[in-house]
Formats: sequence, structure tokens, C-alpha cells
Amino acid sequence: MTDENVLDPASRPEEPSVDDPKAALAVPVENAGGLTRKQIQAEQRRVLLRSPAFIVGTLIVLFWIFAALFPGLLTTWDPKDFVTDANGAPVVREGPSGTAWFGTDKVGRDVFSRVIYGARPVLIVAPVSAAVAVAVGTLLGLAIGYYRGWFDEIVSRIIEGFLSVPVILLAIIVLFTFGSSRGVIIGTIAVLFTPVVTRTIRAAALAESQLDYVTSAKMRGENGLFIIAREILPNITGVIVVELTVRLGFAIFTVATLAFLGVVAEDLTDADWGVDVSQGYELIPNGIWWPTVFPALAIASIVIAVNLIADSVDKATKS
Amino acid sequence: MTTNEQADDAPAPALSIDDLHMAYVVRGIPRDVLRGVSLQVTQGEAYGLVGESGCGKSTTAYAALRYLPSNARILDGSISADGRDLTGMSSRELREFRASHASMVYQDPVQAVNPVLRIGPQVAESFRILGQSKAEARESALQALHRVRIASPESVMERYPYQLSGGMLQRVVIAMALAGDPKLLVLDEPTTGLDATVEAEVLDLVRDLRSETNASILLIAHNLGVIRTMCDRVGVMYAGRIVEEGTVADVFDDPSHPYTVGMLNSIPRRGVRKTDRELFAIPGNLPQIGDPLPTCVYVDRCPIVGDVCHTEIPPVVARSDGHWTRCHFPDKIDEVPQPEDVSSVAEIGDEEIIGIHGVSKTFRQRGQDVPALVSIDLGFASGETLGMVGESGSGKSTLAKTMVGVHEPDDGGAITLRGREMAGKATQRRHESIQAIQMVFQNPDSALNRSWTVRRILARSVKKLTGVGGDEADERVREIAAAMRLSPRHLDMRPRQLSGGLKQRVAIARAFAGDPEVVVCDEPTSALDVSVQAAILNLLALLQREQHTSYLFISHDIGVVRYLADRIAVMYVGRIVELGTTGDIFAGPVHPYTEALLSAVPSIDGVAADRIPLDGDIPSPSNPPAGCVFHTRCKYRIVGTCDTDVPPVVDAGGGHSVSCHLSLEQLPTPVQIVASGSDSPG
Amino acid sequence: MGTNDKDDGRQMLRYMIRRVLLSLLTLGILLVVITLIPNVAPGDPARKIAGAFASPERLAAVTTSLGLDDSVPTQFAKLVRDVVTLNFGESFTRPGESVTGLVRASLWNSFKLVLFSLLVVLPISIGGGVLAAFKKDTWVDRSIVTTGLALSSIPEFVSGVILQAFLAVPIAFFKVSADPPNSGIATNLNYLLLPVLSVLIVYFGYIARITRAGTITALEADYTRTAFMKGMSTSEVIRKHVLRNALQPTVAVTGTQLGYLFGGLVGLEFVFNYPGLGRLILDAARGADYPLLRGGVLTVAIIYMLATLTADLVIAWMNPRARLSGGMA
Repeated sequence: MTDENVLDPASRPEEPSVDDPKAALAVPVENAGGLTRKQIQAEQRRVLLRSPAFIVGTLIVLFWIFAALFPGLLTTWDPKDFVTDANGAPVVREGPSGTAWFGTDKVGRDVFSRVIYGARPVLIVAPVSAAVAVAVGTLLGLAIGYYRGWFDEIVSRIIEGFLSVPVILLAIIVLFTFGSSRGVIIGTIAVLFTPVVTRTIRAAALAESQLDYVTSAKMRGENGLFIIAREILPNITGVIVVELTVRLGFAIFTVATLAFLGVVAEDLTDADWGVDVSQGYELIPNGIWWPTVFPALAIASIVIAVNLIADSVDKATKS
Repeated sequence: MTTNEQADDAPAPALSIDDLHMAYVVRGIPRDVLRGVSLQVTQGEAYGLVGESGCGKSTTAYAALRYLPSNARILDGSISADGRDLTGMSSRELREFRASHASMVYQDPVQAVNPVLRIGPQVAESFRILGQSKAEARESALQALHRVRIASPESVMERYPYQLSGGMLQRVVIAMALAGDPKLLVLDEPTTGLDATVEAEVLDLVRDLRSETNASILLIAHNLGVIRTMCDRVGVMYAGRIVEEGTVADVFDDPSHPYTVGMLNSIPRRGVRKTDRELFAIPGNLPQIGDPLPTCVYVDRCPIVGDVCHTEIPPVVARSDGHWTRCHFPDKIDEVPQPEDVSSVAEIGDEEIIGIHGVSKTFRQRGQDVPALVSIDLGFASGETLGMVGESGSGKSTLAKTMVGVHEPDDGGAITLRGREMAGKATQRRHESIQAIQMVFQNPDSALNRSWTVRRILARSVKKLTGVGGDEADERVREIAAAMRLSPRHLDMRPRQLSGGLKQRVAIARAFAGDPEVVVCDEPTSALDVSVQAAILNLLALLQREQHTSYLFISHDIGVVRYLADRIAVMYVGRIVELGTTGDIFAGPVHPYTEALLSAVPSIDGVAADRIPLDGDIPSPSNPPAGCVFHTRCKYRIVGTCDTDVPPVVDAGGGHSVSCHLSLEQLPTPVQIVASGSDSPG
Repeated sequence: MGTNDKDDGRQMLRYMIRRVLLSLLTLGILLVVITLIPNVAPGDPARKIAGAFASPERLAAVTTSLGLDDSVPTQFAKLVRDVVTLNFGESFTRPGESVTGLVRASLWNSFKLVLFSLLVVLPISIGGGVLAAFKKDTWVDRSIVTTGLALSSIPEFVSGVILQAFLAVPIAFFKVSADPPNSGIATNLNYLLLPVLSVLIVYFGYIARITRAGTITALEADYTRTAFMKGMSTSEVIRKHVLRNALQPTVAVTGTQLGYLFGGLVGLEFVFNYPGLGRLILDAARGADYPLLRGGVLTVAIIYMLATLTADLVIAWMNPRARLSGGMA
């Protein structure tokens, strides 16, 4: 299957064969000289902006950010209000309609409003905890990846220990031990995500440390801090950005799951996607799917959006 | 199309490529890589292809087995082997062709075998394809390994690839390639990356097998010495076209194309030294794949270019029987400029600036002491180049990194600056010590921080090494850049925007930022093409003449070391076994290892009168042989002495010392290169 | 040189010993962390369990049962003893029942779910990854990679409820509960189908991507070229040379994910009302049932370690070079 088409460009022009792509390495695919850094960045931006995945992902995320900032502009009902019909009678467990687009839940609140208002808790907790984890993990990973030695051995072992228990379980334990205020949740997710980030950054820093520009810096007497911050760090920004977006996706995953499990709720009447799914899923067998499925779709949409962005960024930084 | 049309009754050539045009599609755009390549390898012949990177020689090699990447397009032309057209073959026919008709051996044997399978089954597989039973194939595999001179094939069959050395693996790959008794064997840089003595063994093997099997060979190599010693005829490729073809003696001794002349002049030949003349650096850059070159491919860089060169494709002009060039002005070839003679000579001081006294370096690996350097003594005078040769694991790079303070030497040794001992680690060294020793690395892609601009790279070294800042530092950066022939616009670029040669200039500029006393050059040109290498070597020689800098010049290329070095140190398993002036080393008497090493180097000027083969592998530094470390491979070894006692230093006079149990009279002299006449070798 | 089989065997044995010691070290570190958590928690955990208005006697009793009146080293030693004897005492919330017994029942349920999941997820994901590698840079590749990635971090409770609403409610064959009415194998599989689909959604993209990357590396490797140059057909090359190299990362990743499958599918177990290990641990945490919590968490951790250990040994078997390293990539 691999050879016939090679000599006949017309047959399947877009279909590459598995035959040795290495021979193609003779071809410089790198953009040969003449491009400035700005042009390279512009090229990366162009790759991003031309990627449909990136555009779709960004639009979805922007929508949810808008919903989190100005929920009132998108809805008529307050998430805690009980929907009433024209006669003022309460509307409970009604399917989607003109009055309540996504229907009403088991106590008669507007599911659409709750979905819109529910964006806020996720969009506060997840980005902050992901950012903290990436910041701490980057510092730690750079340090142990560059210095190695016994400190690296110890930290790496501890990381292994952390990774041996699923993050969700550790989060449950920590939250039950330390309480479940928003600050604690952010801190917990940040701490639990740090080991993975550290491991990724450590690998990147280690690879950089073995390059001769680091040797060169050492032999002109630079100290470790300078080498880490000025020499190595600028070369792994791509890894850090990708790590940030990937961790953001997982943070949303974790926040939503914890809310669903009832571990984080401060006030159960507050709009929260995970909480709302947990409140309604038992009604699904009775055919009352809307109070559950819409918040579930909201979670899915933002996770998918963040993943699409992460993937496009990854591709752009590698291109 | 080519010079010799086949007569009707003559056998079809083993390989015939006719006017082959190929392109690679990159981002949807076809980029020309071959622009009408024509060549024929006749039955039993060895044909060499030489050229610099990107000239299309590997593409041609792969085309000979129709093994092309998915983005390759054959635009025009034909490929046939033994009269069979390859372009029209079905994939079944092609498999049969590769199994029993043509094979290929390429660079890096370590990657070429499957790491998770034992050697035996992998070799046997080549015979299974020919229809042999399992038992037959195993027996054949044993025979095949035996045939490639593997001493204990039964044991090798049971090994995994990682348990074998590179040279051994290349034999295994050759054994697999020969399984189907191929009529055509394509070798793509088969010895690149192997140590000199191992390379020589592999080349010897190929030569022997060639006379045994009468297979035709297409050999691709950037090393002209390999081509000269292995091939009957050679084609010189440039930008996707063969520009000159003939017997190796004709082409290398009487080049007729301006590119061939330039390329040959860029290589140190016939014992030429830096004090005699410069190397010729071809002006301009190598064309990139896909660059539009509608007429003569060399037109942009040619010193004898005329108007017609811009309008018409040059014709094939015969120079003598079977020797032709593609040039409009073959008679003006003598007008191609020759390298310039060197008028001034760098003065070598008589005071020791940097001294290395009894320096050892022991690494600890898996709880085991690995002595990488064993009491090294060296001294550098100003303006002197000390060449260092030795094979992998000899400790050359460890010595370099110990000198610059990346590794700390073991207790007991000392590195001194004008007699004053300096600290082991660079971070603890005094400012003047750091300034005094700097380094140029092999691979500029690794050595330059890719997120920094050239200006920042240089400015940081200026600041760190000279202590000046602000405008003065800016001025200094511009000065150094100018001295390295870097233009001001390069200063705002980042390494990836520069060519390999320019990157290496930046690395050299950085090393010279603080007026160093000694610059350690660790294989600074081995990643570069020969015409680029010439410019870098010229630059280093010039800087030395102007600034009286000393070099520790580490290289596996003996020709380059001979050109540049005033003295040469030969390292083997962490020890310096011989040290002497370049003249003394090449005249002899020499250490037995030096003798073998020098005889192993394939020369572009002719054939070594006699090669001294070495048995066995280079010992691991973690387990060095007792007594003389070389005794396990030395043909002069004295049993009872060499394997027990550390050899004494024999003083050969004039600062020439040899660590050997042999007396001065017993020490061998290096083999001489015999210029082969017009009759081809082999 | 000696006989090579003996050498290989000894090398493999040395590797196994080193690898097991490394696992034990990691387990030890985890035990230290588990010991420390209640000691560094803000406020008094015993107070939290006993309630704000508990009597001093009740508080003291809880403190004792938590082992918090021992010194930290003693607490650690007791924990080690518990692990070695696999005896974590009695549950707080279900007096009279041993933690070991409760864990064993949940473990069996989790095991069924995980096994069925692997049997579905691995072939589909590996197949998808290999296919994507072969069709690299085509629309087939892009859709496999992008779809898989987009779906890969949707929480499994989210996909669970969506599957329930759109499959289980309209189609009687699919069940909203994973708890089967009888123990027949077919019934079990039928009831587990939707949860397994949720797991597939989470893991397809991840495993397919890893497999794709491994396969592409192997396809581009020189030894694959050597095989083609021998005149082998594409399918032979894939079977004999590509897969064994390509699947090593997939094996490693599967090993590390087993711990998650055993303990991390809490949401899924809730949605499908399935009494697995995740739910056991959540209930224990809710009820401040420390003995049960410890037993459950340590079980998950030990499973993770056994799984990664197995994965590393499988890789060492696949690739002799891996035996030289210390393991734990």
C-alpha cells in the first residue's frame, strides 16, 4: 500500500505513505533565515487564528467569561427565583419552553438562568488554581531539573507518592480535613496539580541543562539563578503555556467533579453546574432530563473548548 | 544522455539514472531537489557521489531503491537497475527487487537495527524473505555474520543491539544487506560517526566483500578520502545536478569544474599547514532546496562566470575519456583563484601561559569509579595551537570541560594561569582565570541560547568577561562581530535565523569576547560542510595571528589537525600516549596507537601504503586494561611487560614524548600516502 | 561471556528487585503523608468528627481511636503495621464491620468495572492511535486526535448523565444503574455498558494520542527503514518491528492510569449507583470514618504501585534496554 502512489503524484496527492519520512529530513522544513522574531510570533499567531479548533474554543470560552461577568444581561430570571407562568402559578419540572428555555428544575427554578450563573464559580476557581499550580510547579521543576542531586531525588519520590492516589480522592480527603471554603478548594487543587506540573517542567529543564549554552554560561561563571531565570526559562515558555492550558482543563474537571460529589458546596441554592447535576440526575429515569443535561453540557462545552485551545497552542508553539 | 551510451550487446548497467528531476512538497509547494541527475553504475563498479549538504546525494541514493518519503515527487526522468525500470514496478515487484537485487547500508548503525530484537532473528529475517525455512535462515544468518568477519557469530546472534559496538552493528547491517546477494549495494555515509580505526575496518570489509561478490556499489560520502580510497569513478553533485564526473584520480587530481576546484581547495591536502597558505572558502552560501536555479546551478558563486551562464544550461564537456564537466568555460578553469599564501606567521611564546599539571578526573557512575582522565600534563604557550586527537571515550571532551571549569578535577592536579593555580569550578575562579580560558563547542545549535539575540549573547559575555557595560560594551560587541566578519544586521537576529557557519562565528565571537589566553575548540567544524569549515579555520588562524591566542583544538579529522596544530597530543582511554610537534608526529617515530590511527585515515590524495588494523574494541574507561592501556590491541606488545607495567615516557627529542615500553629505535614510523596514478584502486 | 540467557535472566531479576524497592520507597513516602495529614490539619480533627458540642470524654475517645495521642513516629509505625497485616481495624460509621471486609467488597466491584473498561478501551484506543499514525496529517488523523482530545477531560459523571438521558431513558437495553439484579455475566456486562462508555470517552483521546506518537516514532525509525529495505511487506514490518516498539509508552500510561480507574471514578459510581472503591472512600470521608478512609486510600495506592510495577516489567520484557535503567520513567 505504500509504494505505488509515490511515483504518481496525481493518484492520491494528500495521502502520505508510511514509507520512510526520515529521508525527508534532508529537506529543510525550518523557515530558512531572514525571519525576525516578530515575524515568527506573527506566524505563530496566524497559525492559531487559522485553526478552526482554536477559534471555536476561544468563542466558547469568551461566551462563558461573559456569562460569568454579566449573567444578568443574558437571563430574565434570577437563578434562585421560582419561575411563574402568566397567572403567577409556579412552574415546576416543566420541559424547555418559551418561558424557561431550558425548563425548570424540581423546585421550579429556571435551568437556563442557573446554567448562565453557574459559570462564575468554575471560572474563578479553575483558572486561579491552575495558574498557582503552574507557577509553583515551574519554579520547583526548574530548580530540581537544573540542580539535580539529592534534593531532586527526594522531590521526585514525593511526586511519585502523590501521583499514586487519584487527585479526586486526595482532594476529597483534604477538603474534609481542612474544610471546603473557596480558598481551600483553590489551594487544594493547586497543591494537588503541582506534582504533575513539576514533573513536566523538570523534564524540560533537564533537557535544556544538557545543552552547551548552559555549559557556556557555567564556564563564564554565571550563578545558578541567572542560568535558570535568564537562560533556561525563556526556552521553555512554550511548554509552560501548554501546561497551563492543559491544567486549566483538568482544573475545571476537578472543580466540577468535587461540586457534583457535594464536597465543595457552600450554599446549595447557589447556581453551580456540578451541584445542579447532582441535584437532578436521579430524575433522569423519570424522563426529567433537562435540569441535569443542560448544566452537564455546559461543563462539557467549556472543557472541550479549553482542550481545543490547548491543542492549538501546543501545535502553534511546535510549528 | 550520459557520456557512454550502451552498446546493444553490453550488459545493462547495475544502476542507470537518467535525467532525474525530483521535488519535495513542503507546505504544498514543490521544491526542486534533483535537477536532472544522470549517472550509470556499471556491473562490478564502485561509483561515488560527493557533495555538500542539500546537494541531493542522499535523495539520489534512496531513489536508486525507490525508497522515497511521501512528499517526494518524481517530475521527470527514469531509474532502472539491470535493465528493469524501477518507476513502473508494483509494490510486490519492488519488494522482490529489494530482497534479492539491491540493498542499502546507511549512517548510524545503532539506529538501523531494531533495539528490542536479538541480532540473530533480525539477520535471519533477511533470509526468511528469500523463502528459507527457519532452520535454514538461522544457518544462513550464522554464515552471513561469519562472512562480515564477526569473530564469534553464535554469541553475537544471541545479543541485543545495545550490547554491541557501532562498528560491530555496522557489520551486522552489512550482513543483512548482503543476504540476497545483491547486484547493487547502496552505501549512504556508511562510516560517518564511526571512529577512525573502526571506519577503516568497515571500509576494508566492504572492499573485501566487493571483490568476493562482484556487487556494484553506489557510495555516498561527504568525506572525499573515503570516496578516493573506495571508488572507481566519482560524481560531484551540487544543487541537485552532477557537475563533474570521472575516475577518482582524474577528478581529485585534475578537477575541471569551478565547484570541484573550490571544494578541493577548501580541504587541507598534501600536508599543507596554516603557515603555508589559507584554505579556500567558496564565497556565497550553499543554495537551499527549492531555490530557483534555471541555468547553471553554480552560477551565483562561480569565479569564472560569463554572460552565457545566466542564460543557458551548460553542456557536458568531455575532458578526457570518461571525465567530463558541465561548464560553459572549461578552458578557463585555471583562472579559478587559488587560496592565498600566508605572509605572517603567529609567534609562539616561550612562557607557559596555561598549565595542566597532573590533572585527573574521575566520575562516579552506579557506585563505580570511572577514571575519564588520568594525570594529564600539558602546557600552552601564547600563539600556539595544540591539536588533540583520539577516538570516542578517550577523554578529549572531558579534558576540555575540566579546563573551562565545568568539571572539577580530582584532588592533586592543578590548572595554572601563569604559574598560579586556579580553582576547579568556574564559579569559584577568579575573574582573570575565567577570562583566560574560553571554549567553542561542536554544535552551535546547542551552544547558543536560541531565545537570545546575537547581540545579547555577545554583550553578556563582554560584560561577564571584561566587566565593562553600557555604551562601551555595545561598542565592544560591534568590534568583535566585525572581527568575525558578522554584519551589523546579524546582531539583531536569533541563532535559528543564521546558517551553520554564521552560528559558529557567533560562538567564536563569544569565546573571544574577553581576550582569552586559550580557547578550547571541541570539534568546532565537524558539523559544517567543507567549504564552510574552510572559512572557520581561516578565521581561527587569523585570530591567532592577530591576538596570539592559544588553541586546544580537538578534532577527529587528522587532516584539519595537521593543518592547524603546532603540536599534537594523542589521547587513548583518558591518557596522553604521545605528544610532539606536528612535523615530528607525521615523520615518526610514533606510538603504536598513533601509527594505527594515522594509517586508518582515508586520504584524498591517494592510498595508504599499508594499513595497520587494530583488533578488538576501544576499552571502556570504567575498566581500563592493566599496564599499558593500549596493550590489548597493540601488535608490538611485549607479554609480561606491557600487560603489567605502566609504560615509561620515551623522549624522542624536541619535546616529542611517547608513552611506550618500546625503545626509541623500536617505535614505528607512520605509513606514507602513495598518490595513486590515473589507474583506479581496488 | 557466559550464556546469554542466564545473563538476561540475572539482569531482569536485578531490575525487578530495584524496581520493587523503588515502589516500596514511594509507598513509604505516601504513608508518611497520610500520617501527617491529621496532625497538620488546622483545628482538631477529633473535634470535627465528634462535633462542636461533644463532651470532653467523647472528644478524648475519638482522639484515641484516631491514634492522635500517640507520637507521630508511633502513628507511622502503627500505620505500617496495618498495611503489612492488611488490617485497618473497624469502621467508625459501620460499627462491627472490618475495614478489610468493606474494602474487599468494593474492590471486587471496581475490579469488574476496570477489567471490562480495559477490554473495551484499550483495543479501540490503540486501534485509533495506530490508524491515526498511519494516516498522519490526513483528515482521519485530525479527526481521531481532535475528537479524542476534546472529549478527554469531560468528567465521567457528565458523560454519564448525558448517556443516561439520551440512551438509557429511550432505549430499554441500556441501564441507568450499573448494579445488576443478578450475578450473571451477561447481565453484569449489560449493566456496566454505559459506565464503560463513559470511561471510553475519558480515555480514548489520551491513549490514542500516546499510541499515535509511539507508532509515528517507530514508523520513522531507521530500523523500520531497514525492514522495508529487506523487502518485507508493510504488514510484516508493522507486526514484527513497529508494534513492539510503538506500544511501550501505551503500556506505561495504562499502568499509571489503573490507579485512577480503581479509585478516581467516584462521580461515575455515583451516577450509576455503583458501589465501587471511589464511593466507599467518599462515604468514609463524609462520615469522617478515618480507618475506612485509610484502608480505602491505601488500597488504591497499592493498586497503583502494583499496576505501574507490572507495566514497567512488561516494558522491560518488551525492551531489553529498559532493564538497564532504574525504571519509573
